Amino acid sequence: MPRMNAAQRHGVEFTLNGRKVRAEAENRMLLSDLLRHEIGLTGTHVGCEHGVCGACTVQIDGKPARACLTLAQQVRGSDVRTVEALAPGPAELSPLQAAFRRHHGLQCGFCTPGILMSLDALLRDQPDAGREDIREHLSGHLCRCTGYATIVEAALAAAEEQRKEETTNA
Amino acid sequence: MTRLETAGGLIGRTVQRVEDAGLLTGRGRYIDDLPVRRDTAHLAILRSPHGHAEIRAIDTTAARALPGIFAVLTGEDVARLTRSMTVGVKANVECWPIARDRVRYVGEPVALVVAENRYVAEDALDLIEVEYERLIAIVDPEKALAADAPVLHPSLGTNLINERSFRYGDPEAALATADHRISIRIAYPRNSCTPIETYGVIADYDPGEDAYDVTANFQGPFSIHAVISRALNVPGNRMRLRTPPDSGGSFGIKQGVFPYVILAAVAARVAGRPVKWIEDRLEHLTASVSATNRVTTLEAAVAADGRITALCWDQLEDCGAHLRAPEPATLYRMHGNMTGAYAIENVAIRNRVVLTNKTPTGLNRGFGGPQVYFALERLVHKIADELGLDRLAVIRRNLVPADAFPYRTATGGLLDSGDYQTAIDRACAEGGLEALKLRRDSARAEGRLYGIGYATVVEPSVSNMGYITTVLTPEERAKAGPKNGAQSVATVAIDPLGSVTVKVASVPQGQGHRTVLAQVVAERLGLPLEAVCVNTELDTARDAWSIASGNYASRFAAAVAGAASLAADRIRDRLAAIAASQLNVTADRVEFKAGKLFDRDNPDNAISFGRVAAASHWAPGTLPDGNVQTIRETVFWTPEQLEAPTAADGINSSLCHGFIFDICGVEIDRATGQVRIDRYVTMHDCGRILHPGMVEGQVRGGFAQAVGAALYEEYAYGSDGSFLPGTLADYLIPTVMETPEPLILHHETPSPFTPLGAKGVGEGNCMSTPVCIANAVADALGVEDIRLPLSPSRVSEWLYAEERPSSKPRDVAPVATGASGERLLTGAGSADVVATRQSVWTMLLDPNTLKAIIPGAHEVRKVSDTHFRAEVTLGIGPVKGRYRADIRLSDMIAPEAVTLSGGTEGALGSGRGTGRVTLTETATGTRIDYRYEAAIGGKVASVGGRLLDGAARVVIGQFFQALARHAGGGAPPSAAAGFIQRLANLFRRRG
Repeated sequence: MPRMNAAQRHGVEFTLNGRKVRAEAENRMLLSDLLRHEIGLTGTHVGCEHGVCGACTVQIDGKPARACLTLAQQVRGSDVRTVEALAPGPAELSPLQAAFRRHHGLQCGFCTPGILMSLDALLRDQPDAGREDIREHLSGHLCRCTGYATIVEAALAAAEEQRKEETTNA
Repeated sequence: MTRLETAGGLIGRTVQRVEDAGLLTGRGRYIDDLPVRRDTAHLAILRSPHGHAEIRAIDTTAARALPGIFAVLTGEDVARLTRSMTVGVKANVECWPIARDRVRYVGEPVALVVAENRYVAEDALDLIEVEYERLIAIVDPEKALAADAPVLHPSLGTNLINERSFRYGDPEAALATADHRISIRIAYPRNSCTPIETYGVIADYDPGEDAYDVTANFQGPFSIHAVISRALNVPGNRMRLRTPPDSGGSFGIKQGVFPYVILAAVAARVAGRPVKWIEDRLEHLTASVSATNRVTTLEAAVAADGRITALCWDQLEDCGAHLRAPEPATLYRMHGNMTGAYAIENVAIRNRVVLTNKTPTGLNRGFGGPQVYFALERLVHKIADELGLDRLAVIRRNLVPADAFPYRTATGGLLDSGDYQTAIDRACAEGGLEALKLRRDSARAEGRLYGIGYATVVEPSVSNMGYITTVLTPEERAKAGPKNGAQSVATVAIDPLGSVTVKVASVPQGQGHRTVLAQVVAERLGLPLEAVCVNTELDTARDAWSIASGNYASRFAAAVAGAASLAADRIRDRLAAIAASQLNVTADRVEFKAGKLFDRDNPDNAISFGRVAAASHWAPGTLPDGNVQTIRETVFWTPEQLEAPTAADGINSSLCHGFIFDICGVEIDRATGQVRIDRYVTMHDCGRILHPGMVEGQVRGGFAQAVGAALYEEYAYGSDGSFLPGTLADYLIPTVMETPEPLILHHETPSPFTPLGAKGVGEGNCMSTPVCIANAVADALGVEDIRLPLSPSRVSEWLYAEERPSSKPRDVAPVATGASGERLLTGAGSADVVATRQSVWTMLLDPNTLKAIIPGAHEVRKVSDTHFRAEVTLGIGPVKGRYRADIRLSDMIAPEAVTLSGGTEGALGSGRGTGRVTLTETATGTRIDYRYEAAIGGKVASVGGRLLDGAARVVIGQFFQALARHAGGGAPPSAAAGFIQRLANLFRRRG
């Protein structure tokens, strides 16, 4: 890691949603602020800035991570994925997103991007995830609108759909 | 993608939400996502670390000198450009959005910094020096009434800002002749529904027009717009307030953003550029708004058969440090339904509003309901228990009869519709009450702690804007003129291509208003759902709105959707007349379906909706005689039932009254005190259901928040005014693991007073669930004084009695509690150093030495020969924080003795103390003796006492050990180590 001066901005290069990006950031800048205010991807939301609510969750090298507890400089060379990358096309939804819509898994939608990023990683890493796995991963997120039940149902439906599709493709 | 819905029958169906595609793909437009002008600056707020203190001085010099700073404002700067905010009662008190001469709650704004970005703005906050003179804080509403209590507002002369007594029927006679008088006392705690998105404001000022333009995630009511305009000293038309397209939840809380609208607006004016402020979570928890805490004594006159003949309420409402608009509305919103679901003829009410050193209160889901129903429904349980009657039988005996609607309550409410008996019967049958009782009995037979509770609640919705004037006396009201009603507004517009847009002033915060409005208007106009576009952004400079506009009091389905339906019907009638002339039929034969207008008796005789709808644009001259345009129709609707308070203080405080009956089964872990909700049944009558999926969502969401309020959440204060749950790791919001799944049932009795028959549904469980759980816990434990939240530690106290102090003798002086609730620590120690007394003396007075030896010091500055300032970072147990220390030297006898006194302040707490240091010459150098007395307050004081005492001893010990090391001497934890150290030093000096 190069030596960096706190008083000036330093370049940070990484892959964001499949494309190489280069941005400038002070050492103390959070990844959440870099994504939202320097790059302009505002889908990642900031709810607490102390790692509890989970709204800012993104995927760094495939693993869910709190963007508010990550310094921008820490993602040099990494592969970062945000909610903007989930849909397969501009007028389409991913199976997980579509299930959220079908099951009313969101109301205000503020916590939703973080929840989607956690559950997307879970369903990719653990295609056989069941209700308890989903609850376990969802427990790292706070939602004040839904009471969670419809989120669990949406995730279960998406997991089921994903398994069916894999059987069909196999 | 959404299935194309057929025309007709859209209302009452669970269609997919039009909001979701954007929200699921990261394309939401919340306030922090909106584009801003390139020269927009960022605001940060310095807040009070004290619950109660005089501000002696504020030094902003260093902050102003920091590069990137555009403006620094204190309370006086703000006051010069504004007026005090309007207070809702007659009282000699001012209400400012920022402290002037005194801080009255932890988190109260003290100074504002406008900078090029938030990081730099927060740097500048660290450079502002505020000198406080601490005052005794008062946090207990009952103690605040004591004659010798410290007074928050000297101009008021008391902390009791308002008191009114009411009498309906003949409560005294009912009490005097009653078979039984049964009462209960409740202390209901503070909590908040804490939306995941915090407050946000973007403000600009145009000096040429003396006009403000503010975008804020404000939720209404827009009566607050008048408060903002008056405070900013401009007419309402020069205070443009806009709301963003999306909002990350509110639950009432975002009403409380309005003082920050004023602060950001003034900051923009002073800085000469747009200013943006996004509240952070720590600010939100400490200083946004919460529900009120309330102490209630409720007494009932009861007949032998359990019939309640009178209720006497004594409510003491704690609104925090200032009475901010619309308070004391929390206390008065329920006024028309203080008898709940019961037919009780005689009522007495004494309402007192008190100010304490806590954050000012405001809207919070349930608004006044949780406090009222906790007392009422605990009392109904108690009445049954004391009379040896079945609890459900007592509830049933007192219900408003099913044939009595609309029913006028003793206090003036008009209950619109209901069949409480049938709803309860269905809840018991479909909710499996008999099976639940068997489950309880078998659990108890095994020695387990199991209880069942009920709650019966009338859920008011669509507030009468006049109810708050019940706080005034009839004479004061007569002087001020009547206030009443609740204007809701909707616009339906048709563009030149014949497509339909709906515009409302409902300011949704995630509920899905756009979807429901599309359903309602599409159905009325015979269009597919997708054909209707809905815009819910509000702009006071362009849109139709009124004081009742906004998203509160569960008014959407009943009032706003109703107004949209009326507007659509007006357009529909005109379109029918136009179509009738083209189809050569009478207007009453024209039907609207699947995008066509046609002759009911000959469907082939049809014309497309778009063609008829566009006629007003393209060919107004061809419209049939007398037909007015169909381009735009705005409906203002206010229900006639919402009348002003009567001369006898009767008030129909809300238009609609839904009904809830809940059943809860809990099991309590005997070992841990953990309360587990085993079963929860919630029966709702919210009138006609417009979108079943959203109604379920409202019930589940409210229920989850109520579970939090019942079991986990409290905005708790230390007795010194410190705010204890300052992070989301302290304020415990239920996760999926803590949120049980309720059984939701519905029994619909449409409201006769609303256009669609709908009533509000969003707040009911916040009113019913906390007391239902409490009743179940009371049933399980046989405890009467159930206090929320029902944390394991509190439940354990009831199970095992309070924890007794350890019998093991302790080796330090006992910890006392100071007058203002701080922890007092005392201690003494000594250290030997191999340096002359004079050199030790010199070191003690040298900032560079002090910087090296004060544990965690970043910087020590010498203000004068006897005054130092230091910045330190200290960790005490799990709580690590940055503090600013102010140290003064006195009683100096050079080079023998000195007294150090001073204080530290930081976000996590504060301390002050004195220490006497004595230097004695010894054979090997100097012996330093010290004694100290310290008081610690704030968040750190909530860390366990033993931990704190130990940490303080370690920190103070470290200081003197470091002094000894710095002086070249060894600090002796043991004599041997000291000896070896001294030897080593001897060699070093010789070498």
